[in-house]
Amino acid sequence: MTGAQTIDGSAAGILEFDGVTKRFSGMSRPAVDDFTLTVPAGKVVVLIGPSGCGKTTAMKMVNRLVEPSAGEIRIDGAGVRSRRPAELRREIGYVIQQVGLMPHLTVAGNVATVPRLLKWDSEKIRARVDELLDLIGLAPAEYRDRYPAQLSGGQQQRVGLARALAGDPPVMLMDEPFSAVDPITRERLQNDFLRLHRVVPKTVVFVSHDIDEAVKMADLIAVMREGRLVQYAPAAELLASPVDDFVADFVGADRALKALGISHVEAIGLRPAPMVTAGERGAAALARLVEGDLQPIDDEVLVVDSGRRPLDWLPIDRIRGDEPLPAAPLGRADPVVDQVTTLRDALSALLGASASHAVVVDGSGAVLGVLALEDIVTQAASSVRAETAGADA
Amino acid sequence: MPDIRWDWISRNREDIVQLAIEHLVLVGISMAIAIAVSLPIAIMVRNRPFWGGVATYTSGVLYTIPSLALFAFLVPIVGIGQEPVIIGLVAYALLILISNAAVGLQSVPGPVRESARGMGLTGRQLLFKVELPLALPAIMAGIRLATVSTVGIATIGAFVDGGGLGELIWQRGIQRGLFLTPIAVGALVATLIAIVLDALLVGAEWLMKPWERRPLPLSVGRRLAWARPSEWKRAATG
Repeated sequence: MTGAQTIDGSAAGILEFDGVTKRFSGMSRPAVDDFTLTVPAGKVVVLIGPSGCGKTTAMKMVNRLVEPSAGEIRIDGAGVRSRRPAELRREIGYVIQQVGLMPHLTVAGNVATVPRLLKWDSEKIRARVDELLDLIGLAPAEYRDRYPAQLSGGQQQRVGLARALAGDPPVMLMDEPFSAVDPITRERLQNDFLRLHRVVPKTVVFVSHDIDEAVKMADLIAVMREGRLVQYAPAAELLASPVDDFVADFVGADRALKALGISHVEAIGLRPAPMVTAGERGAAALARLVEGDLQPIDDEVLVVDSGRRPLDWLPIDRIRGDEPLPAAPLGRADPVVDQVTTLRDALSALLGASASHAVVVDGSGAVLGVLALEDIVTQAASSVRAETAGADA
Repeated sequence: MPDIRWDWISRNREDIVQLAIEHLVLVGISMAIAIAVSLPIAIMVRNRPFWGGVATYTSGVLYTIPSLALFAFLVPIVGIGQEPVIIGLVAYALLILISNAAVGLQSVPGPVRESARGMGLTGRQLLFKVELPLALPAIMAGIRLATVSTVGIATIGAFVDGGGLGELIWQRGIQRGLFLTPIAVGALVATLIAIVLDALLVGAEWLMKPWERRPLPLSVGRRLAWARPSEWKRAATG
């Protein structure tokens, strides 16, 4: 069962917090204070801030595990408090750090929890369970009948994710879902979640205390402090121009490097590649050099094949006018990076190859241009400048 | 064993069987009532620490009353026979049953409770689909313990004419100048009943919690597994 027949267009809702305040008795200041924020449908918003900033409380008011003292929360325009809590919660996916799988139910039984509450027929539930297990990368035949105690921590959290998705909820709440597993598993879960979110674009409220995780996962980051929303912006904007010292401190002194982690190679201006085609006559290439048509980089030109795929760098003094340009096997022009590579990874590839230039290719492997080490450094420096200017203003 | 009169045993075989059955009925009725009373109490007090304390304290006080004295106190109220014995046995079983069930219900992990609520289980669904199934091992442990001790205490019921195996020990043994044979038979049969009931309950408990199967002692478990159709499939597919 790998068909997508039960993922019905994957509902995603618009989630609005409108002046939401929560006061707990015996506390001097509100846990959440006049919190207003709109999450666009299908986007991932990470609520982040130091512990006690109210991020978890804000999230739990969405599914009424906590009731607001004032203000309103709406999903697609309908106030959540007009709904009976149990019914509302069946339409909101919920994932928590400690997973909380029911130890007495199998993996299938756990995933089927919400569909059973919604009284789906058993055939549909079975198909849905297998489909979700496939989606989260656990082979249904192998894992369906296991009990949670027989799974690793990472597998348990995957099942928790599948369980939260089972009822095809328009909104998902995730409370530090990946912070209880080891770093390698966490990284894999984060990547799988992002991949999953592309297939099933739910509206997600994701609570985290880890700025690196937030930068990686979020379409939008909401920084909270003492119950208030301090800044709400896309990750790149947050890193480039923190609204105040608190946010600047929170995102960290290495925010220039972090910013490189979210910009992609395609986002900065590439230099034109000095391309010559393997088999082309050397005299033709030399003529273009003389005319200034071909601008060598470090006295080298890039030999490509007929599909414009990079083969190797060739020093210009080895071009012979009376010989065709030599072909080389694919992969000699190290490093080659894809246009969707982050600048941070591109930087790391350049440093790893001790090179000053990387060839940038598109999805089919054809050359788009050349990325210079100094361009990355300039980009990083400019984001620091922008942020310094922002702090001064 | 020269003191055992084997001829007495063979002459009284029918009586012995009859009294053993009577004993089982006493234990069965008492345990049924005790379970029926203690489970609702445990469920009601599970989220109310004060009433939980009241319930365990009250049943704890009942437990400390010497059984002989308790049966004797009850005679003026309900007369002699099975009634005072059953009332007494229920009172003794309550402490074990209530405290075990309450502990079991409270031991449901917080994250399990929270995720269940977050998925939209109502209070009643939480109780029946999550709390009770997870408390089952503790509840069963309480039932086992209470059953075994009830089998023993029930022999004392013979002092108030409650019948059962105590009659072999008291009326036919001690009261006839310490005639040892019936005393030994009564004690032995009661012990056997306790052991068999305990083993049956272990098996029942094992069947009820497939999620934490451990091998049973004496490899009873492997044989009991065949009582579940789902196990046939598992065995067939290797």
